[in-house]
Amino acid sequence: MLEVFKNVFTPSNVEFLAKGMALTLSLSVSVVLISIFFGTILALLRTYEKRFLGKLAGFYIEMFRNTPLLLWILVCCFMIPYGTIVIRGGLALTLYTSAVIAEIVRGGLNSIAEGQFEAAKSQGFTLIQTLIYIVLPQCFKSIVPSLLSQVITTVKDTSFLQVVAIPEYTRSGFVVMGRYTTTPEVFMIFSVLAVGYFVICFSLSCVVRSYQKRTQIAR
Amino acid sequence: MFGEGFLRTIEVAALALILALVLGIIFGVISTSNNKVMRGIARVYVEFFQNTPLVIQVFFMYNGLAIAGLRLSVFLIGVLGVGIYHGAYVSEVVKTGITSIPEGQVEAAKSQGFTYIQYMRYIILPQTVKIVLPPLTNQAVNLIKNTSVLAMISGFDLMYMADSWASSSLDYGPSYVFAGFLYFMLCFPLATWARKYEERLKRNDTTRIPYQPAEEAVTC
Repeated sequence: MLEVFKNVFTPSNVEFLAKGMALTLSLSVSVVLISIFFGTILALLRTYEKRFLGKLAGFYIEMFRNTPLLLWILVCCFMIPYGTIVIRGGLALTLYTSAVIAEIVRGGLNSIAEGQFEAAKSQGFTLIQTLIYIVLPQCFKSIVPSLLSQVITTVKDTSFLQVVAIPEYTRSGFVVMGRYTTTPEVFMIFSVLAVGYFVICFSLSCVVRSYQKRTQIAR
Repeated sequence: MFGEGFLRTIEVAALALILALVLGIIFGVISTSNNKVMRGIARVYVEFFQNTPLVIQVFFMYNGLAIAGLRLSVFLIGVLGVGIYHGAYVSEVVKTGITSIPEGQVEAAKSQGFTYIQYMRYIILPQTVKIVLPPLTNQAVNLIKNTSVLAMISGFDLMYMADSWASSSLDYGPSYVFAGFLYFMLCFPLATWARKYEERLKRNDTTRIPYQPAEEAVTC
C-alpha cells in the first residue's frame, strides 16, 4: 500500500494534477460568472419581452437545455477555427450553462409580484431602473441556492472537456494513469480524482444546505 | 447509422431511468426512515454520486474495473453508470416529496384507523406524486442528455455515431445538427410537459400543501 502510494504520488505527478485542478477551478469560475451575466439577460428577455427578442431567447434556452453538453463541446472544438482549445471548450460550457442559469433566473423573476412594477413606475422609475434596483436584487437573493448548485454542476461538467484533451483535472488524471498498469495504482488514481471533485462539490453543497436552513429559519 | 445510435440511446436511457427510479425510491424512502444507520447509508450514496463527475464514474467502470479483471459491456456500463448517478438525484427528489407532506396527516390518518399501507397508498403517495413529477421529468431529460457520455467509451450511442460519421465523412456540421435535432426531439416534449404541469400546479393549487419545487433537482 505504501509502495503504491509512493509510486503514484511522485512530485511530478502531484504537480501535474495540481495544474489540472487549477485549470478546472479557473474554468469553472469564469464559466459561471460569464453565464450568470448572459443567463440574466436571456431570462429578462424571455420574461418581459414577448416579441422577437423574447422568442429568440426562448429558442436559445430550449435548444441548449434539450441537447447534451458533449454535443456543444464537439461542435465548438471541431468547428470553430479561432482561439485555443481551452477557450473553445470554455465557450461550449458557457453557452450551455447560460441556458441553464437563464431558467434559474427566470424562476426567481416569476416569484416577483406584478405590483412592484406598477409601484416603481408610479415613483418615476424607468424599466431598466426598476430591473436593476428593485427586481434583480430580490431575484438573486432568492436563487442563491440554485446558483450555487449550478456551480457544483459546472465543476463536474468541466470533466466532459477531457474528451477534447483539455488538460483539466480529469484529463490530467487519465494522462497520469496511462503510465501505470497495476490495479492498486490505477484505483489509487481514480480515488485521487474522485476525492478531488468530492471535496470541492461537497463543501459547496454544505454551503447550500446551511444557507437554505438559515433562510428557512429567518422566514 | 444514426437510427442505430438513436435506438441505442433510447434503450440505454429507458433502462437507466428504470434503475434510477428504483434506486431513487428505495434510497429516498430510506432517507426519511427513523433508523440512523439506514439514513447514513442513503446519505453516503447520494453525496458520493452527486459530488463526483459522471465521466469519472463511467471511466472507472470501463478502465478501472477492466484492469481489475471485470469487463462489462459498454451497454451495461451505460445503464449502470447513468442509472446509479441519476438514482442519487431521484432519491433527493423523492425525499423532498415525502417530507413536504405534513406530519399531521399521518397522525390524522392513524387516528382514523388507517394502516401504514393504507395511508401511504391513499393519502401520502397521491400527493407526493403530484409534487415529484415535474422534477422527476427534468431528471429524465438530464438522464437522456447524460447518456452521451457513452460516446467517450465508444458506446455506439447517438453521440458516438454522430461523431464517427462526422470524422469519417468530414461533414461535421450536418451530422452534429442532425444528432442535436434527434436529442431535442427526445428531450423537448418531456421538458415542456414538465414546465406546463408545474405552472398548472402553481395556478390551481387546491391542496393544503404549498407547492414548493425541489430546488436542487433543477440542475444536475
